[in-house]
Amino acid sequence: MESGTRPEGGGIAGNILAFARTLRAAGLPVGPGAVLDALRAVETIGLDRRDDFYWALNAVFVKRHDQQELFDQAFHVFWRNPQFLDRMRSLFLPSVTPDMANQAEQKELARRLSEALTGEQPGMAEQEEEQEEVEIQATLTWSDKEVLADKDFESMSTAELEEAKKAMQRLTLPLGRVKTRRWQANPRGRGIDARRSLRAALRQGGDALPLLRRKQRERPPPLVVLTDISGSMGQYSRMLLHFLHALTNDRDRVQVFLFGTRLTNITRQLRFRDPDEALTKVADAVPDWDGGTRIGACLADFNKAWARRVLGQGAVVLLITDGLDRAGAEGLSDEMERLHKSCRRLIWLNPLLRYDAYAPKSQGARAMLPEVDEFRSIHSLNSLAELAGALSRTQPARRSARLEWSEDGRRA
Amino acid sequence: MTSELPTSVDRTLSLLSDERYLADRPLATVLYLALRQGRPLFLEGEAGVGKTEIARVLSAALGRRLIRLQCYEGLDVSSAVYEWNYPRQMLEIRLAEAGGTQDRERIASDIFDRRFLIERPLMQALSPQEGGPPILLIDELDRTDEPFEAFLLELLSDYQVSVPELGTIKAPAPPITIITSNRTREIHDALKRRCFYHWVGYPDAAREREILAAKAPHVGAKLSAEVVAFVQRLRDEELYKLPGIAETLDWADALTQLDKVTLDEEAVDSTLGVLLKYQDDIAKIEGSEAARLLREVKSDMAETRLT
Repeated sequence: MESGTRPEGGGIAGNILAFARTLRAAGLPVGPGAVLDALRAVETIGLDRRDDFYWALNAVFVKRHDQQELFDQAFHVFWRNPQFLDRMRSLFLPSVTPDMANQAEQKELARRLSEALTGEQPGMAEQEEEQEEVEIQATLTWSDKEVLADKDFESMSTAELEEAKKAMQRLTLPLGRVKTRRWQANPRGRGIDARRSLRAALRQGGDALPLLRRKQRERPPPLVVLTDISGSMGQYSRMLLHFLHALTNDRDRVQVFLFGTRLTNITRQLRFRDPDEALTKVADAVPDWDGGTRIGACLADFNKAWARRVLGQGAVVLLITDGLDRAGAEGLSDEMERLHKSCRRLIWLNPLLRYDAYAPKSQGARAMLPEVDEFRSIHSLNSLAELAGALSRTQPARRSARLEWSEDGRRA
Repeated sequence: MTSELPTSVDRTLSLLSDERYLADRPLATVLYLALRQGRPLFLEGEAGVGKTEIARVLSAALGRRLIRLQCYEGLDVSSAVYEWNYPRQMLEIRLAEAGGTQDRERIASDIFDRRFLIERPLMQALSPQEGGPPILLIDELDRTDEPFEAFLLELLSDYQVSVPELGTIKAPAPPITIITSNRTREIHDALKRRCFYHWVGYPDAAREREILAAKAPHVGAKLSAEVVAFVQRLRDEELYKLPGIAETLDWADALTQLDKVTLDEEAVDSTLGVLLKYQDDIAKIEGSEAARLLREVKSDMAETRLT
């Protein structure tokens, strides 16, 4: 540090520390190691030029492209005048501040506590009522405007929550395994493990060469879930979130997206172990709960921004939607085709399928059906269990679900 | 020719530009930091923006050997680090027996010798090389899987590999490591934390013209200005795969091969496949859309000429 605006090293070190703290508060994962790295980087680069300084800190603190903007804002606010910081912080802070989270938690706690104290037991009648409500909601209603209200969907009753949880624990979704290109020792394997064979031969003096075998290792493919959360899906999506939460915590390589009028990736939020905490975070992250649906536009977003990042390595896609598209299925069939061609298997889960009279006649459904490999119902815990069973079977070759439906929309 | 590591950001810039690589200052800053502090450089960005090229250019400019590891799914130790040469080992055992050697210990120590080790890229990068530590290019890391990433994490922290039969092999000096990713998958944070991270974006018009002039000097000035203006406009369109610098160079080259000195509608339509790699994108731009872009380019050029 030969020259610069701040002569003594202590000042700049303190400022970098404060800057790192700001970044952390703004949501960047900045650890103490990164602060030391930043100090060393700044020492190397010097303080002669502001842009060099900027890019040196950028190289250390930013680890993903989408963090760039946040860093940029924070940098310009902080290094202009650090005192401004406290006032400006709210500008680039994500919506959850610790206080708010606490409040929500307390409210939630209080509600559950009061339920527990009054001794309200989950009654069968209550459940049946709810079941009916679900059916009414499923009639083809959806709102025409984007409802951006942040809906507090975590106020599920304990009864509901408990039952769902219990069911979810049984559902581990053992997705059929696929072969990888890695090997593991296995006496019944097909390949010969030359290295182990040779070592074994040496152990016996090199006279005989026992052939030790290996086989290809298997692991479940990545799973990508796209869930419709529009008004017409409302009741189901709430139930399914618990299922998705269990799924995310049960296995690795799961990505979950929600869509209504826009697409949101909630994988990170679902990583929280506690379902209540996870669902609170999801509610905060999703702006378009119970609004309309623009399936085509959301799938286009997904194909453009995410498909290449999450559909690698032969992912299986679960698309959970009722196929009722506000935008009149605009561009939907093209996007479905692209999605279908970039994944291993595309499974459409439709809650409406439980009606015997259901036929995929809506514009959205007609556009989607030709491109899905499998078309299943998902309206109750039972159908979830069936789904788990179906996915764990060895996967059949690709075939279009359209084959099951004859031209006039009747099940064949 | 061997030259020393650059001593400032400006020197880094000129080092690269001597090899006809026109980097912007942010990239040079990060590269300088990585070289000075001996830490890996993690470059992420769309395909065709010159991530791999950086390693080549560095190798040429510094006179170091370039060792490239192309990643793919299922990449394992035997193809990335080392493998024993089994046929030779077995031959050696037979020879030892023919020679009457009975001592098992001796055979074992003979055949697990470095002579029988086939060195793969990562092991080569740890061995001493002429001209100083080599440039290790780990290309398209996102194509491989998590287990390999975890292995790499270990390698990049200590620059050593342990071979059970031989012991630990440690690099005398750490190689200059450059990791690239096209972001088809997020690389784990633990690995990125050990590196300097930089996102390589598309260049602006002025820089792209300079790059074109440096890399394809045979392309006429008028054509190259038009090509760059067209491609820059194309990058504002809603496309599935935007054209990178590599595509710009290819396109300028293709147009020159067709003896074009200026862009016209027919030439654009017939060579669009060089720029765009998805049928959907081509269908979207071909015809009227291309004609509109071309008109905008032409009118812009006319304006700048007037002023």
